[in-house]
Amino acid sequence: MIAETGLAALWLAAGLAALQFLFMFVELRGNAGLARPMRSIAVVQGLLTIVAFAMLLIVFARSDMSVKLVFENSSAVKPFVYKVAGAWGNHEGSMLMWVTILAAAGAFVALFSRRTSGRTLVAALGAQAALALGFYAFLLIASNPFARLWPPPMDGQGLNPLLQDPGLAFHPPTLYLGYVGLSVAFSLAVGALLTGEVDSRLARAMRPWVLGAWILLTLGITAGSYWAYYELGWGGYWFWDPVENASLMPWLAATALLHSINVLAARGALKAWTMMLAVIAFSMSMVGTFLVRSGILTSVHAFAIDPQRGTFLLALLAIYVGAAFALFAWRGATLKEGAPFELVSRESGLVVNNLLLTVVLGVVFVGTLYPLFVEAVSGEKLSVGAPYFNAVAGPLALILAALVGIGPLLAWRREGRSVLKLLQIPALLGAAALVMTIIVAPVMHILPRLGFMVAIYLLGASILPLVRRNPLRAPLATWGMVVAHFGIAVALIGMAANAAFTNERLAVAQPGEILTVGPWQVQLRDVTPTAGKNWTAVEAELDASRGSGIVTLKPQSRYFTDPPTETSESAIRTFWNGQLYTIVGKPDPSGGWQLRLWWKPFVTLIWAGGALIALGGALAMFGRLWRLRRRRAATAEWRKERYA
Amino acid sequence: MSRAIRFAPLALLLLVIVALVWRLATPPDTDVHSALEGRPLPTFALPAILPNKPALSSADLATGQPRLLNVFASWCVPCVAEVKVLQQLKSRGVAIDGIAVRDRPEDLTDFLARNGDPYERIGSDRQSQVQIDLGSSGVPESFVIDGRGVIRYQHIGAIEPEDLSLILSKLEQAR
Repeated sequence: MIAETGLAALWLAAGLAALQFLFMFVELRGNAGLARPMRSIAVVQGLLTIVAFAMLLIVFARSDMSVKLVFENSSAVKPFVYKVAGAWGNHEGSMLMWVTILAAAGAFVALFSRRTSGRTLVAALGAQAALALGFYAFLLIASNPFARLWPPPMDGQGLNPLLQDPGLAFHPPTLYLGYVGLSVAFSLAVGALLTGEVDSRLARAMRPWVLGAWILLTLGITAGSYWAYYELGWGGYWFWDPVENASLMPWLAATALLHSINVLAARGALKAWTMMLAVIAFSMSMVGTFLVRSGILTSVHAFAIDPQRGTFLLALLAIYVGAAFALFAWRGATLKEGAPFELVSRESGLVVNNLLLTVVLGVVFVGTLYPLFVEAVSGEKLSVGAPYFNAVAGPLALILAALVGIGPLLAWRREGRSVLKLLQIPALLGAAALVMTIIVAPVMHILPRLGFMVAIYLLGASILPLVRRNPLRAPLATWGMVVAHFGIAVALIGMAANAAFTNERLAVAQPGEILTVGPWQVQLRDVTPTAGKNWTAVEAELDASRGSGIVTLKPQSRYFTDPPTETSESAIRTFWNGQLYTIVGKPDPSGGWQLRLWWKPFVTLIWAGGALIALGGALAMFGRLWRLRRRRAATAEWRKERYA
Repeated sequence: MSRAIRFAPLALLLLVIVALVWRLATPPDTDVHSALEGRPLPTFALPAILPNKPALSSADLATGQPRLLNVFASWCVPCVAEVKVLQQLKSRGVAIDGIAVRDRPEDLTDFLARNGDPYERIGSDRQSQVQIDLGSSGVPESFVIDGRGVIRYQHIGAIEPEDLSLILSKLEQAR
């Protein structure tokens, strides 16, 4: 019954979405008084999808093997957390989660968007319903998560062991919240293009959604990067894998949007551009979902390849993005640009930021899809990997990071002060860092060397907006910006240090043998068998020391029974100045064991930087919402006094 | 904003969609192509394993006509099924030679009596030496050899009934 309840809730929600979409047309033609019913429908629709998703969680938690999806992706002996997390560790479940978040976001817009104009809100709710409708159809027609099996099997086939990790419980939901949060920006942009009300009011209504989605995307990408780092056992933090790129592209678009939306909110400028970005940001989310879910590009995230689902998702993508772009082409000419600005001003700084981010986005997009185009045109097979992305996106990112230090110092409209004077100290810091790297490491690739220089300069430059004013009285949003920009510098140091100073050692070691990696002496003490709830493993005991004190690391090579898979569980030890990363592999006929050791100085700064960037976003969001609340309270107070 | 700029995103999208549709319609070829394809056979001379079958050397495979070289063994289960497909190929006029890997004469006699014998020559590769030279990682595997003794195609795994037309076309191309 539980699965059937979920399915019924989905059908009902789909019906309501259709109704909501129809109401939009009626309401936009003439005021039929349907705005309020539309809001209620959106809320009920959101609740119904939450019910459906809760039903899926219940069947997974109870290991109800009569549900096909549970049978295929779970097993009774799995730890409870992974039973529940297994609900979204598969195609159907993750699509249901996507739809649930989409509909819940629609409900939130209906409940809390007092700042949007009535007509734009109606259009946006209609657009949101149209989006949801397509994905309901996808679920109900091509990927029903609640399909039954008869007779019910005794036990399931298990969950991919790589996914049996706390990272899974957290990483996909965070990314999905981010992806789908951008759907609201998309719907609001489409709504505003329909009604022609593209103004600073719209920008302010859109901003919390963009900011919230961007924070979650930042967290999701950072967490995903760390998960890949310790779970895949390759010692890398970013592989330019198509699926990683699929999450990076919406992030890049959202970052650009986050900055351009401020220009629209403050100055009423960059109208067409901001609307375009809002459409592109969510389109990139859909492209990402399509790439992952259709299995069209080979990747470490290789999920089941299914042409029917691929075609369905591609059709949805073409319809939604095509409609939005067509709307843009049709209505774009009616947008009147707001206040003009001079060449050196905060506006132009933000334009440069947007251009660079868009170019990086283009580089990633082209790199991800280029093999496809080449094969389509010439039949030649090739793959685009890290060398291309690092060589092309790397320098652009460095230029962008250098400009991050300047932009926030510029004033709106036109800059009168000499900003370069302010930047003297950071520039000196950067130059000193460059000289230091030349002294410490005369042989280094140019990119990490410049990375160190730009990062150290940015450490100083990013906090300048708080200097020469009372930092405690600076708005929280300014603090947020400073923290996020500081986080970029921190992450950049981690990346440069990882690229320049990583030591790697791959060897076959006999028990008792000592290997050297960087400053560390690592001794293989012993290799012993061990077991967990649903796996067996060999565990190596490694004693590492650099001068004083010994730390013990225990990497494992695990063997899971259902489905039969081997994984390496890395053992990582974090120190203030880096991480020691160890992997144990296969036994050697000579009685030794394959060991892989890395010493990665300051690598943790990469994720610390990512967390700081997200924290900055959170501060800005909190600051803006809090100020809004206070202003609203003040208005209410004023009204009370006036009309009492 | 000029018309061209306003319609540019739509045009770009169309391009991307066309490429994606093309990819969905023509799934990628994920077969691994042998590095030996296009190269001459390594030189070898294997002794006979059965008294009534001639031995096999690399020279026997350069006869002016394309031949199919099948790496197999009587102890290999998929080979049992494959022999029936090889019989069909033989009935269509394909010349087939075999390399028996780590096999014993009595087992092989039994295997051929039970499942049929499509082979003109069978060489005995007791230590897998020739198999390794051929870049073959397991049994069964088959090679299409053209008239000059050049490897034209390597088929990894058993030749299934649905592979018949593929093998025949490869043999035709090797002519």
